[in-house]
Amino acid sequence: MNVDVLVVGAGPAGLAAAIGLRRAGVDRVVVADREQVAGGVPRHCQHTGFGLRDLHRPLTGPAYARRYAAAAARAGADIRTGTTVTGWTGDRELTLTSPGGLETVRAGAVLLATGCRERPRPARLVPGSRVPGIMTTGELQQRVYLHGQRLPGRAVIVGAEHVSFSAVVTLAHAGATVAGLVTGYPEQQSYRAFALAARLRWRAPVWANSSVSRVAAAPDTGLAGVEVTDTSSGLTRFERCDLLVFTGDWIPDHELARAGQVPLDPGTRGPAVDPALETGAPLVFAAGNLIHPAETADVAALSGRHAARHIAAALAAPAAPGGQAPPGPRVPLAVVPPLRWISPSAVRPPLLPPDGRFLLRCDSFHPPARIEVRQDGRLLASSRTGRLIPSRPVHLPGAWAAHADPAAGPIQIGLA
Amino acid sequence: MTGPGWPDGVADVLIIGAGVVGAAIARTLAGYQLSCVLVDAASDVGTGTSKANTAILHTGFDAEPGSLESQLLRRGSLLLRDYARQAGIPVEDTRALLVAWTPEQEAALPGIADKARRNGVTDVRPRTSAQLYQAEPHLGPGARAGLLIPGESIICPWTTTLAYATEAVRAGVRLLLRTQVLDVLPGPEQHLVRTSRGPLRCRWLINAAGLYSDQIDQMLGGGSFTITPRRGELIVFDKLARPLLSAVLLPVPTARTKGVLVAPTVYGNVLLGPTAEDVADRTDTATTAAGLTGLLDAGRRLVPELVAEEVTATYAGLRAATEHRDYQIRVDGPLRYACAGGIRSTGLSASLGIAEYLAGQLGAAGLKLAARATAGPPAMPYLGQAGPRPYQDAARIAADPEYGRIVCHCERVTRGEIRDALASTLPPADLDGLRRRTRAGNGRCQGFYCAAAVSEMLGGGPPGPAPSADGAP
Repeated sequence: MNVDVLVVGAGPAGLAAAIGLRRAGVDRVVVADREQVAGGVPRHCQHTGFGLRDLHRPLTGPAYARRYAAAAARAGADIRTGTTVTGWTGDRELTLTSPGGLETVRAGAVLLATGCRERPRPARLVPGSRVPGIMTTGELQQRVYLHGQRLPGRAVIVGAEHVSFSAVVTLAHAGATVAGLVTGYPEQQSYRAFALAARLRWRAPVWANSSVSRVAAAPDTGLAGVEVTDTSSGLTRFERCDLLVFTGDWIPDHELARAGQVPLDPGTRGPAVDPALETGAPLVFAAGNLIHPAETADVAALSGRHAARHIAAALAAPAAPGGQAPPGPRVPLAVVPPLRWISPSAVRPPLLPPDGRFLLRCDSFHPPARIEVRQDGRLLASSRTGRLIPSRPVHLPGAWAAHADPAAGPIQIGLA
Repeated sequence: MTGPGWPDGVADVLIIGAGVVGAAIARTLAGYQLSCVLVDAASDVGTGTSKANTAILHTGFDAEPGSLESQLLRRGSLLLRDYARQAGIPVEDTRALLVAWTPEQEAALPGIADKARRNGVTDVRPRTSAQLYQAEPHLGPGARAGLLIPGESIICPWTTTLAYATEAVRAGVRLLLRTQVLDVLPGPEQHLVRTSRGPLRCRWLINAAGLYSDQIDQMLGGGSFTITPRRGELIVFDKLARPLLSAVLLPVPTARTKGVLVAPTVYGNVLLGPTAEDVADRTDTATTAAGLTGLLDAGRRLVPELVAEEVTATYAGLRAATEHRDYQIRVDGPLRYACAGGIRSTGLSASLGIAEYLAGQLGAAGLKLAARATAGPPAMPYLGQAGPRPYQDAARIAADPEYGRIVCHCERVTRGEIRDALASTLPPADLDGLRRRTRAGNGRCQGFYCAAAVSEMLGGGPPGPAPSADGAP
């Protein structure tokens, strides 16, 4: 099958891109998603607050997901659920498996929008017994909201960022009590109101400067509890629990990208993209939480919408000689610790990033600071930030990206 | 329970332990006109040492020459290779490179090559440093020299035990799971075996109880060996690490352990381990901070790029180590008792050799072995990464679209395969059992995407321990 654009992933970024592509006049847009229902992660996020920046109204996750899936179908995108993109057979030629069989799709452009996942317990190397009752927030939400499971008992949550407090609410809904949230940072990383609500309404304290140092099994091989270590004193204590939920610590689902030899950014571990969200592989784009793990759904959707504009332009370019001149070469961006990553991770003058700004992450708490953009020692731009909080977005206005000198070498971004 | 349903309620043979060794013995004895019972305390076959090992099909090149282990390992690996082909058990002929990193280790290489020859493994060849790096470009710096062992392979340990047990059950062996042996009362005509689910009677008793084989042996007046569980922790890396090596990378072994190795797995991952630590508790399969840190340090030296990849799983297995170097295999004719214990770390590779040897010894001791026709090895679902899987098979999906419906995305396991496992001769008791039969939930996300849906297929309900010993069979 030949298509104009193959979008991999029908989450907020993929669906928003499909809508944008169709509205820009791109004819054959296929969106493949391995899940049975389109919509992505918001499908199992029951809380409200979705859609503020893209749809300008607050929605619950499932309502948001349904709205995007319906809009993409109405726009004329061919949404194929239950369809896994299993690999590449050419530059923009991919193989698909579905109950309908195997298919090879040749696309004019590919958009990777495969999202991100939470690192599970083994990836965090938490030692101890291998027992049931240990899961990520993603699994927890699906069990509770998609499959209606009750999960009575006492739960310990690993992490204290936004999604961790969402897990508090989900656990309460499922009948569990939350013993506490364990974080290695000196304080929680979400909004004060969330932490306060967790403490007052669900009596779930945040255990700062702490880590889960061991998982203990009960004699029946169920979960008995966890050993929590205070990282400053080294003292440990035992917390009985029946459930252990690992939250946050996002990693992009970059496997398809890597299988296609798409170069990764060492910071995000997602494909390295320029401000048009094109990867190092020509006409292969990436958007959403695959390139900034993890942002809220509306930010992912806006990134998909942004990619759609550039994909449509790139596909139209050969037939429009009077159009814009093609952008120049890419200049990679490097961040200096404690900054962890920047997305997009390259500039390509005169292109501007989604929403006109770059997204960054910081590895530690940091008082309000100035972010400086330097090339060859020369200050290109600087911008004030509020307090930097790990796992929370930091924004850097991106107007300078249009004028960076591609010949002047790599660009460094750090705190002044 | 009143005992197996044979005319007199007495089984000809009762095998304690449905690990890879017990299941191999059951499958071998099923080829004779005997009534057999295979009992295990766990809710599934192969849940002890058999499920948590390095998954290597050894040639036995480094066994103690002249030992029973050497003999049965060599024979067993030949038999298993053949059996795997027939049953569809994934095997990859990866070969192994034994790498010396110090002058002392380098000096030990000729001795190891000589030992291999004495074990009948005659194709071991020396390798220079340059040859090692040519074969394995991602090998860490400092490899001085090595040996190539062409016959070393990797295998799926789960399918192996399941295939043996499936063949045995289909041939009439009665498998009793969640049945813990509490005591044995030996008798002149028959033994009374008291279990957590009632008494069982048998004429011959075979002890293949692995980590508990010394305790069973004591119930029959033995006591010539004691098991000290030796814990081995292992780290499994993401499939994206698989291109970093092609062969099994072995260290120079010590008297105590084969050492930390790096090996591809038949599921397309890379495995690093094991540690070797004696523990007191026969159920202590917990990983430790020191163990995992030590493995990562070793991995960083062996294949530096490996540790930059994501970790998919960590686990620990217990080897049934004893104070003796060799297997503890003996048959007591007058007592009508056989012991296949103390099989430390080569039980998977030697399993069919052990079973064949034990059957011969039993026959010589008076067990009547009259052959009978059986269906032979079952066709097991193929779990390997090397061959075509259902999701890649257009004809199979056309015949049954459920093979095109991928449920576990990381391992690409389809709804059809899970359905088949649930309807198989040995259906899984829990998610872990399903994982060993299909790979579902075995991947990098560890259930982020599929655990909820898969557990729904398994009968739903929240995660929890498997039903207790009093639960339904």
